[in-house]
Amino acid sequence: MKRYLLRKILIYLLTFFIAVTIDWMIPRFMPGDPIRNMLTRVSVSSNATAIQQMYDYYSHLFGLDLPLWQQYLNFWKSLFQGDLGISTYLFPTPVIDVIKRAVPYDIFLLLPAILLSWYAGNKFGAVAARSKRLDNTITPLSYILNATPYMWLGILLSWFFGIILGIFPIAGAYSYSLQPSFSWKFIGSVLHHWFLPFLSLFMVEFGGQAIGMRNMIIYELEADYSHYLGTLGAPQKLIRNYAFRNAILPQVTGLALKLGTIVAGALVTEVVFSYPGIGYLLLAAIQNQDYFLIQGCFLFIIVGVLIANFAIDIIYVLIDPRTRRGMTGETS
Amino acid sequence: MHKKFLVLLSVLLVASFVFSSCAPAAEPVAEEPAAEEAVAEEAPAEPEEETIPTEFPRNETIYVSGAAWGPASTWNPFQPGSLANTTGTIGFVYEFLYNFDPQTGALTPWLAESGTWTDDTTFVVTLRPNMTWSDGEALTAEDVAYTFNLGKEYATIWFSPMWNYVESVTATSDKEVEFKLTAEPLFQEFENNLYNVPIVPKHLWEGKSEEDITVGANENPVGSGAYLYLANSEDRNIWVRNENWWGIDVFGEPAPKYIVDIRTSSNNVALGMVLKGELDLSNNFLPGVAEMADKGYVKTYYADAPYMLSANTAVLFLNTTIKPLDDAAFRRALAFAIDVPSIVNVAYAQLVKAASPSGLLPVLDRFVDQDVMAELGYSFDTAKAKQMLADAGYKDVDGDGFVETPDGETFELEVTCPNGWTDWMAAIDIIASSSQAAGINVKAAYPDQGAWNTELQGGTFNMTLNNWAAMSNTPWALYNLLFRHPIQEQMQSGNFGRYENQEMFDLVDALAEIPMSDEAAMQEACSNIQELMLTDMPMIPLWYNGLWAQYSDANWTNWPDENSANPTLPTTWSGYWQLGGLMTLINLEPAGE
Repeated sequence: MKRYLLRKILIYLLTFFIAVTIDWMIPRFMPGDPIRNMLTRVSVSSNATAIQQMYDYYSHLFGLDLPLWQQYLNFWKSLFQGDLGISTYLFPTPVIDVIKRAVPYDIFLLLPAILLSWYAGNKFGAVAARSKRLDNTITPLSYILNATPYMWLGILLSWFFGIILGIFPIAGAYSYSLQPSFSWKFIGSVLHHWFLPFLSLFMVEFGGQAIGMRNMIIYELEADYSHYLGTLGAPQKLIRNYAFRNAILPQVTGLALKLGTIVAGALVTEVVFSYPGIGYLLLAAIQNQDYFLIQGCFLFIIVGVLIANFAIDIIYVLIDPRTRRGMTGETS
Repeated sequence: MHKKFLVLLSVLLVASFVFSSCAPAAEPVAEEPAAEEAVAEEAPAEPEEETIPTEFPRNETIYVSGAAWGPASTWNPFQPGSLANTTGTIGFVYEFLYNFDPQTGALTPWLAESGTWTDDTTFVVTLRPNMTWSDGEALTAEDVAYTFNLGKEYATIWFSPMWNYVESVTATSDKEVEFKLTAEPLFQEFENNLYNVPIVPKHLWEGKSEEDITVGANENPVGSGAYLYLANSEDRNIWVRNENWWGIDVFGEPAPKYIVDIRTSSNNVALGMVLKGELDLSNNFLPGVAEMADKGYVKTYYADAPYMLSANTAVLFLNTTIKPLDDAAFRRALAFAIDVPSIVNVAYAQLVKAASPSGLLPVLDRFVDQDVMAELGYSFDTAKAKQMLADAGYKDVDGDGFVETPDGETFELEVTCPNGWTDWMAAIDIIASSSQAAGINVKAAYPDQGAWNTELQGGTFNMTLNNWAAMSNTPWALYNLLFRHPIQEQMQSGNFGRYENQEMFDLVDALAEIPMSDEAAMQEACSNIQELMLTDMPMIPLWYNGLWAQYSDANWTNWPDENSANPTLPTTWSGYWQLGGLMTLINLEPAGE
């Protein structure tokens, strides 16, 4: 076990190093110049030399006047000091503050949506796999939901519940007439604004999870071991339990990876429902060549995915005996 | 490990791909403020008596949108360009010596009570009495002199170039500031600065480091203006009326106590909020608004086309360093080939007006030489464009339907605008198709905003749209954009097509040095510029982008429109508060009273 963990950790460190290097490189390969975007439309009063001076000043401020290798080294140096730099798009806010302020909205929206849809979808898929009636009604619906362009579904929900019925708000994380406070009114407003974006995410995710689980269960029930168990005379319930335990494995992987990328935000949801979050800011950062904000966001995504993978490695040891066996087989 | 690495790599790649290809969703107004911001949810320190209420009463609050495109990040009034976008910092909190009324073309004394030229190059400003900062200190001539002198001290402050022709700015008494200019000052720019340089309190700024002054975020700003910064979060900025504002006695009290400035993630959401009555004033570009105005759902400045006031000129810049755009005859033919009426009627559904060939906004009409326009102006005429091309030697030799250069070379030109600016994308499609109809091979392309910006400033584009000259007191502002010189490797704020003509540069420089009071001389200078411009056609003014504004009478009335006695601008865009945006708020009245 110790060797297994050590090897894993080494691999993860190496992956981290390479991924972060790529993360540093990609924005710099994009066409465009963050400082020029930042200084776009400097007042007409400035003359040419003054603008050049300004450009040099800001380039120096961000260390972008240094040779690339030096920038790369500085990047690692400040990363180890926990400094992700300053955003050019939201100048002069430090990147870490931009992320800290926006990501909670995403977690608030995505975490319940992912967990609940995963739980409900898998439960439902498992049931649907052996119920003709459910399989003929809700499974097609799941397919439709899952295949619906998310943007379209979101706009439809927002239009129907927000504008036609007028029972849900169409924008914001809480009413524009409120300031955050610990009152029922405010909490109610937060939930009221949260519901539609949550519902849209839940519906689409639910469909996907249900279909995945249903198909896995049917596949497992048709597997040799199930038939073998059946011919041995094992009760149907026992066979289903075995099938479920096998079918849940890929679903666990999917869940962990989804949770790992929460910090990327939910761009389309944020746009359709005008809900704050990091997705929109990351898009704007990319459009503005904001190297530091892009790097910072992807850094968290990398860390998130790595942690998720690591968690999967550990969880698999617990829930999949085969992994355990393979491990000991290797070490012996 | 191999697999995991691949997974990671693909997550990264896919993610960046998805995000960049989703770009159009954001759909910025092809337009004014690309606002930004950010910050903490804390009360400002200075207005001691002001605690943040947990709820803003509907009848005291105005909800606006269309100015901010990101969370607030800075309250520093000296931040250049698109950074100074925390709506309201400049105009609400910090004020100017003068305001400017684009409708009448007059400078309105603001912090200044009066200003006089005591001789050709000395300007003395007398301040109004009894003005205070929001922390209670008096606003004096010292503050004004201090602010202008910051430009002398720090070259990276945007108005520092004025010190090329300003000798000194001194407070000669508590109420008087004396500007001493050199022998040949740029009068036009000087007066422009009078209503664009925000005055800051000396007693609070003196102690700041250079970095704090030039790039600091200046949280909790202390200014002299009509509103105070109250709070903000990711998707809104909130301002509260300054009950002790010195201007209440002079200009009147702004009607709304609270201003909630909302950042919507897309224009569709703003449209929905307007329909639901959640927004009182939307300054977003909403393509279908003409129909909504006709049906009476919203109010617009004009009851009929073009519905909106004109805010700036969309100019097609031509890269004059490449063939065949280096040929004036070809450029003139191109001007006749472009179907501007379709841009107005189809791409914009009548929300804009075709531009005068001079490029000047309607409010600067008096500087347009109508004789020159009649003689050299252009209008959409495919047959004439074809004829002009043929006369200049451009003929279709190889029979592909497109003309070749007089040397017989084939060419293909690309017209660009940033991806996601939907109105401009539709417009350049029309530019491309109507040029093709005249036999000019033009294709439309939509690079990402950053890439477009690099091409624009680096001069690697063929033809592209730009509208960076804002409403101004002087025609020089536009001509300074069009004919910015000298030509450098990077052209950051004008003359992107590298039009090199010393005669034109001299004409623009001459205009810059004419005192604003000498209107006849300005008219003559403008007419010289227009004549040369239309002969050489280095760029083509096409239409006026609108001052997008749709508003509702449900909660606030007395909005400006074409019938108002003294119409102000119905806008919340940054940079427009001193152009009448604030007066609009002062003139508003609560509905139902």
